[in-house]
Parts: sequence; structure tokens; C-alpha cells
Amino acid sequence: MSQEYDVAVVGGGVVGCAIARELSRYQLKVVLLEKESDVGRGTSGKNSAVVHTGFNVPVGSVKARLNVAGARMYGELCAQLSVPFKRVGKLVVALTPDQVPELEKLKATGDRNGVSALEIIGGDAIRRMEPNISGYAALHAPTAAIICPFRMTIALAENAVANGATILLDAPVTAISGKAGAFRITSGQGTVRSKLVVNAAGLYADHVARLAGVRRYKIWPCRGEYLIIDKARSDLIHGMIYPVPPKGGSGLGVHLTPTIDGNILLGPSAEYVRSKSNDATTAAVARTLMQEAQQFLPALNPRDVITAYAGIRPKTVSSAVGGFGDFIIEEAPELPGMLHLVGIESPGLTAAPAIAQDVAQWVGLHQPLQANPAFHPERKLPAPFHELPTEQQASLVAQDPDYGQIVCRCETVTRSEVLRAIHNPLGVHTLGGVKYRSRVTMGRCQGGFCGPRVEEMMEEELGLPATTMTQRGPGSWLFAGTTKELRTACAPKL
Amino acid sequence: MRTEAVDVAIVGGGPSGMAAAVAARRAGAEKVVLLERGEQLGGILNQCIHDGFGTKVFEQALTGPEYAQIYIDRMEETGVSYALNTMVLDLSPERELTVCSSQGLRQINAKAVVLCMGCRERTRGAIRIPGHRPAGVYTAGVVQYYMNLRNLAVGRRVVILGSGDVGLIMARRLTLEGAQVLCVAEILPYPSGLARNIVQCLDDFDIPLYLRTTVVEIHGRDRVTGVTLAQIGPHGGIVPGTKRLVECDTLLLSVGLIPENELSKKARVALSPVTGGPVVDDHLQTSVPGVFTAGNALQVHDLVDYACLEAERAGASAARYAMAGRLPAAEIAVRPGQGIRYVVPQLVSGTESVDFSMRVVSPDHDRYVIFRRDGHELRRMKENVLAPASMLRIRVRSDRFQRGAGELTVEVGA
Ligand SMILES: Cc1cc2nc3c(=O)[nH]c(=O)nc-3n(C[C@H](O)[C@H](O)[C@H](O)COP(=O)(O)OP(=O)(O)OC[C@H]3O[C@@H](n4cnc5c(N)ncnc54)[C@H](O)[C@@H]3O)c2cc1C
Ligand SMILES: Cc1cc2nc3c(=O)[nH]c(=O)nc-3n(C[C@H](O)[C@H](O)[C@H](O)COP(=O)(O)OP(=O)(O)OC[C@H]3O[C@@H](n4cnc5c(N)ncnc54)[C@H](O)[C@@H]3O)c2cc1C
Repeated sequence: MSQEYDVAVVGGGVVGCAIARELSRYQLKVVLLEKESDVGRGTSGKNSAVVHTGFNVPVGSVKARLNVAGARMYGELCAQLSVPFKRVGKLVVALTPDQVPELEKLKATGDRNGVSALEIIGGDAIRRMEPNISGYAALHAPTAAIICPFRMTIALAENAVANGATILLDAPVTAISGKAGAFRITSGQGTVRSKLVVNAAGLYADHVARLAGVRRYKIWPCRGEYLIIDKARSDLIHGMIYPVPPKGGSGLGVHLTPTIDGNILLGPSAEYVRSKSNDATTAAVARTLMQEAQQFLPALNPRDVITAYAGIRPKTVSSAVGGFGDFIIEEAPELPGMLHLVGIESPGLTAAPAIAQDVAQWVGLHQPLQANPAFHPERKLPAPFHELPTEQQASLVAQDPDYGQIVCRCETVTRSEVLRAIHNPLGVHTLGGVKYRSRVTMGRCQGGFCGPRVEEMMEEELGLPATTMTQRGPGSWLFAGTTKELRTACAPKL
Repeated sequence: MRTEAVDVAIVGGGPSGMAAAVAARRAGAEKVVLLERGEQLGGILNQCIHDGFGTKVFEQALTGPEYAQIYIDRMEETGVSYALNTMVLDLSPERELTVCSSQGLRQINAKAVVLCMGCRERTRGAIRIPGHRPAGVYTAGVVQYYMNLRNLAVGRRVVILGSGDVGLIMARRLTLEGAQVLCVAEILPYPSGLARNIVQCLDDFDIPLYLRTTVVEIHGRDRVTGVTLAQIGPHGGIVPGTKRLVECDTLLLSVGLIPENELSKKARVALSPVTGGPVVDDHLQTSVPGVFTAGNALQVHDLVDYACLEAERAGASAARYAMAGRLPAAEIAVRPGQGIRYVVPQLVSGTESVDFSMRVVSPDHDRYVIFRRDGHELRRMKENVLAPASMLRIRVRSDRFQRGAGELTVEVGA
């Protein structure tokens, strides 16, 4: 028997999860369907993690409106959801006098978009703020902030569930039929019925639209690669360092961004790729990223790189056409009752909470919105053990001995924190899911010591055999079997 | 928070930590405590079930756990107290340790400390292999743990990157456990492991070893589906036309070990960029007075015997320091010369005999290792086989240091 909902959201990225949470403020039955084994596994987990202020999006665009609105919501939202948020500020650095007019243009755009406190500063001021950076002048955006996009997405999803929304994981949507008031959505977790559908499938929004018979969208994948720099070098910069945006480029240029956990990101590159799943990193781009970053920070060394990753921009303009593509947020005339969010590239992370409000308004056009009296905007998590002063750590251990067992020694993650991650509200049972929720295995040794311990705890706590464990869901198996099984299978036939 | 005072505190309960603790007791320190993060003593030895341990000191080939047991017994005999499941979170230059276990957080004030935290493995990130990030890329230690202690097979078709002893031993173990080891790739022009391991672990099982070869890309989205191997030219670039795809489900990384010194950094101990471990004098004292170190935390050892001999020296020095409050000053700088990558210790007092450990830059044979002070030769030692993979350990007697002045250099010569 299929379940009946008011709104079905397809896609559990930051946008889909923000929507599910926003809709849970109202008396609505909401379901979110995500194809992966966890939320935030798409573009939302692979970006610069910056809450942009909105000075580099054209005046009057949808992007500009939602960027500025979203950025204003972030501080409070992060406090409500226990997601770390740091206003580290941003410098767009002009290396030569002839780049200064570009800074002035950015400032003018920002001022008109309603970004506060933008200021152009000279070389000395740059050095006072960032002793390792030299430049001729810079645009300073003090309100720019950094967050952790994984934790943001997870927090939104968990808060949505706490407020009554349903989240189905491992639920790739494969067919959508019906019409406004009576949609049928077929997924890996069965069929659900819903009055309205929101297509928040990110890179695959064109595909999901097509499943419903809407053929007007096309998304071109454009890959952005990053390098992550060791925490030991975190002192090199204090805020974000951006170049003057390259002309006609597909992005903001290679920048240096501090992360919330104390690393530095270099990137992203911008390169159209054929496949939406091609988020591989390449040696060639790694070299260029390092060279470009060294223009600003000669002290950087290729040896400081600890790892690399890539994210894919859902572009609505092809590389041949190029230029600016705005967010598309609309109901296609041929299919009322389904809202499409297409081309939600940067600043989509920033805009997500504002996009969610727009979506709620759209839902309100179809059915009256009544406040959910049980809605609770907060998701309180205790602060990470490693960030607490010793006295507080001591009292935690005295209350709960599991705080005294350090599982991950690089990041000082305790057994208590790992247990909480294993028993997460979304019921995610992958090693990756526990990793992103607790930071285990994310340190220097990348799980050399704690990986096996966490995996063993998952077996004990969830009652699952080791051979069913995966990194991030079906296909990403960790074990081929027991050694005995393997020996038997491979024994030479006599 | 509870506070207690001890003479010597040892961080880490691997073979080095245990050897240091026993030596500290034997040298007269009253109260010696050893703190181990894991559930049992023995460190990395617990998962090394192959034999080959103890050939230098005990003159027999023991398994890892057998070797560890010898020191566990000695700890009991000498009355070292130890705590398991206990992690040292912090260490101040004044030798105050913040220690965490399920019994609570406490502070230990030690007159002397010996750092024996061992090492960690280099990971994919540290060597930056581009491509996707699928499951199935494991470091050797993790595979060894799963295979030997949990009877779990991480994959069926395995490519091993790195020809050090760890990689070679794993090639044999995996084959015996029913996996197919397709090849071992090594970026250097020569294998990093001991010759006997090449024969016993690869040749005997027909596993090919590709030299000057590395993994340039990892394939597969969810799980590894293959790796691209390529030959590397003399300047570090890919030799054109040598790329080829090997289909496999597992990439095992055995690409080196890094001394574990996060705690040392907190105590502001100076580290050597070459060894990755602290800079020490001939008492194995670090730049922070009263803080000593030995074993894989000081430098990566290929033989546990040498790690333990070093640790005995560190433990005895710590006991001396705890009782006397100081040790003779070490002011003679030791520098690696021609053909030598590094020498430990980096400073000597010149009043006591010193066991130097060192590694050469490249393979060679029938050469001398020569110790000099401003032109005066203090000692020369014939070595038949020199290999970067084999640490050399050479003693210089105390009286020899008087033969010259200024810094001491160690070099490979004719
Ligand atoms: C390189 C790069 C850097 C960026 N930097 C920033 C930045 O600093 N600041 C900023 O504000 N923004 C940034 N962005 C943009 C931001 O990351 C995105 O706008 C945002 O993550 C989009 O979220 P989303 O939920 O729309 O998409 P996604 O995160 O891609 O989520 C879509 C989800 O839908 C799921 N899905 C797809 N098809 C189906 C199906 N058939 N059935 C069920 N589920 C399906 C996917 O698995 C995925 O989880 C950056 C983007 C890139 C690529
Ligand atoms: C696969 C492999 C094969 C080998 N084969 C041989 C061989 O055949 N023959 C041979 O002679 N040698 C061999 N060796 C080398 C030998 O095992 C090592 O030299 C030796 O184990 C190093 O001992 P250690 O005590 O310095 O480090 P470890 O054994 O690593 O012990 C360090 C201990 O410190 C603990 N620790 C770390 N940080 C903290 C903290 N903050 N608080 C509390 N505790 C902490 C760790 O949990 C660990 O138990 C091999 C090594 C490996 C990895």
C-alpha cells in the first residue's frame, strides 16, 4: 500500500533538506526521497562551504535575491541546528592596479544587491589582516562566512524528521506519474502518492523533470576540483582569499578558503565534463591549483596537500554558450503541481534556506498553510569533546564513561560521540555516515587506527555482520567475505 | 581533576614503551607508569603474526605477539604499573600529562617522560593519487588488522603499491588467504624491502614486482574497479606510452610510515623534517628537558630489536633524569655527510658511548661508514650491503670522541 503525502521532495541535498525542514513548520505531510544512502552526498557535500555575501551575482537576478536573503538567515539557523558557523570575512585581492576597476564593479554590484559593509582596502590593510598575502588592493567583505555543508545538510534533515517529515534513503526516483493533487512517485523504496512534487535533484533535476514528462531542461556538468591543505598550515590565512574573477570563466577563480575544521581549501577549477558522475580528481588540475594558489601564498608547498576532492556544478548554460545562468525555480506550464529547481549552482548552499521559503510560499498557493504547533526549530547537539576546556571534559567523563574512551586519536572523537553518530535519527548505517557525523577517520591517519574500531562498534550496536558493511551504501562494500570463504573459493581444484 | 606524581611516565605500550618502562625501573626509578591507548599491550606487534622478530637480540625468529609477551612478562617482574584504554591527550613542556580513560580525566606530573607513540601509515592523501574516491583503498596496517585479527578479506584482486617489507609481507599473507595479488608497484628503481622478503614473499608466489612504476589513477565510483599504472621517468614524469589499466577491487597502500608526534608538538618538542621524529641527544632526550623518546615515534624502525634497544637507553636516561634532575650537556652536533640521509642522535655529549642509527641515501655495497670530527677519523665500519630500507646501527665508544673538535659528520666512503 502506498503512502499518501501533501508534498514529496525529490533529492536530499542541502536544498531538498532545507525545503523538508521549512515545510515541517506547517501542518503538511512531507516526504523526501534521496537516491543515496545518506543525505548530502551530491554537490552539497563537495563545494567551497562558503556563505557568500552576494557581490558577484548580477543585480536583479533570482540568484542575487536568494543569496542575500539566505546569507542573512544563516547565523541564526546554524545556532538553532548546532552547526558550526564562522564569519571569517573575504578578501578579493587585486594583484595589480589595473584590476582595481574590477573590484569597484564588484563593490557596486554588492551595494546594489544589499550586501552590507563592503569596503575597498589598500595593500597595507591587506597585510595587517593577512600578513602572508600581498596584493595591491582588495575588496573586503567582512560578513562572508564558512560552514560545514555536510553537517548543515544532515542537521536540516534531522530537524525535519524531528518535526514529522519522512526521509527515505536508498530511494532513487525512477518514475513520476499523475497530476497535481494525485502524483505517484516510484522509488527504490516503493511508491508514494503526493499532492505536490518538488524537484530538488540537483545535477539530475533535468532527468527527474523528464521522468514526469517535462523536457524543457538541460544540465551541463562542470567539474570543480579542490586540494585540502594540512591543518598544520592553517595559520597561513585567517579569512578567505579570492582572486579577481577570471573573465568569461565558469566560476569565481581559484581561491583559498579556511574550513571550519581548520584546513585550507585550494580551488575550485572549472571544467565541463561529459558525465555527471565524473567527480574524479586529476593530477593535471592538482598542479595548476597549486601554482595558482602559490601566486597569493608562495609559502604553500605541494607537500602540504593532504587530499583532493571534486564537486560538479549543475550548469544551465553549455560551455559553448557560456556566461551567466540564473537559478530556475518554476512550475512548468505543461505540468502544474510540480516545482522544478534547476541550475542550483553556487551560491546554492547559501541560498538554500531562502529557496526553501520560496518553495513554502509556492505550496501555499496550492493549499492553505497552517502552522505546525509542534514545530521545534532547534536541534541541540553537545559541543564536540575536543573543543571543550579540560575541566568540562573531566565532568563529561565523570557523567558518561564513554566520553573517556577516545576512538579517533587524530581528531579526539570519543566513544560517546561515535555511538550517537551510529544511532543517528536518519538511520544511516554506512561507515561514511558515521564519519561525517562524528569526524572519526577524518584526521591525519584517515582511519588507519579508528576505521576498524568504528566498523566493529557498528557491528555491535546495529547487530549487523561485518560482511554487510559499506562505505556509503550498496556497491561500496568493505569486505569480500571472511578469509575462510575466500580461501575455499580460491582453492585449486584437484 | 585528580593529580598524581610519578618518576617516569611512558606514553605508548608497544615494544618500545614497554622496553623503556622496564629499563627505567631497572635503572632505579621508583614509580614508573605506562599509558596505552589500546585494549592491550604490544602495539603494532599484536597484528604481526608472521615470524621474524627478535633476530638481533633474542637470536630467534619470534612472531609479533610472542615478542611482545617477553616484554609484558618483564613489566610484571619489574613492577611497572600500566593503564590500558587510556589516552594521553595533552603534554606540557613542564611534563604535566592530561590522561583520559573511562575512569575519568586525570593529570600526571612526571619528573621524566618517554614518548613511545609509534607511527602511523601514510595514506592516499599523503601521496596524492588522483581519481575517484571509492571504497577498497586500504593501508597495509588496516588490511593486516582485518585479516589477522578479524579473519575478514578486504578484496579478491589486489594491487599493492610500495615494496617495503610491510607491502611484501602483505603480498604473501593475502595470497595465502585466497586473494589474488596481481602485482606490487614500486616507484623507486629498486625494491625498498629486504632481499629475503622479495624471494619469500613475491618470487615464491609468482607475484610480479614492477619498479619505477606507480599508480597514477584510481577507478571506480562505489568500489575500486581498477587502477592505472605507469612508469615514472628520472624527472618524476610519466613515461609516455606506459600507462595501463589493471582491473582489481582493492588497492593496498604500503607507502611508508610517519612517526606519530602530535603529542610531542603540544609539548613544543623540536622535530626533524627528515625523520619526522624529535631531534634528540645521545640520552635520547628531546629539545624539552626531561622529555625522552624512542622507537617508531623517534624514527621508523625496520627491526623491533633496534627499537627496543633504543628504548632501553631512553628509559634508563629518563630514570637518571628523574633522580638527578639533569644529564650531561650534549653539545656536539652530528651531521649526515655524503651518502647518508639522516643520523640519530643529532647531538652527543661525547662523554659516553653512543649507538648511532642511520639510513643511507641509495643502495650500495662494500663501503665504509666513516665518523669524523674536523678531519679526524673517529671510527670506520665496513658494510657489505647498504640499502635505504635497512637501518644501520653503529656504536662509537666514548674515548673516540676526544680525537677532534667541532661537529661530527657521518658519511659513506671508500
Ligand atoms: C565546485 C563548487 C563550489 C561551490 N561552492 C559554493 C559555495 O562556496 N557557496 C555556496 O553557497 N554554494 C556553492 N556551490 C553550490 C552548492 O554546492 C549547490 O548549489 C548546492 O549544494 C545545491 O544543492 P542541491 O540540494 O540543489 O543539490 P545536490 O546536493 O546535488 O542534491 C541533489 C540530491 O538529489 C539526489 N537525486 C538525484 N537524482 C535523484 C533521483 N532520481 N531520486 C532521488 N534522489 C535523487 C542526489 O543524490 C542528491 O543528493 C558550489 C558548487 C560547486 C560545484
Ligand atoms: C607490518 C609490519 C611488519 C613488521 N615486521 C617486522 C619484522 O619482521 N621484524 C622486526 O623486527 N620488526 C618488524 N616490524 C617493525 C616493528 O614492529 C616496529 O619497529 C615496532 O613495533 C615499533 O614499536 P613501537 O613501540 O615504537 O611502536 P608501536 O608498536 O606502534 O606502539 C606504539 C603504541 O603507542 C600507543 N599510543 C600512541 N599514542 C598514544 C597516546 N597519545 N596515548 C597512549 N598510547 C598511545 C599506541 O596505541 C601503540 O600501542 C614490522 C612493522 C610492521 C608495521
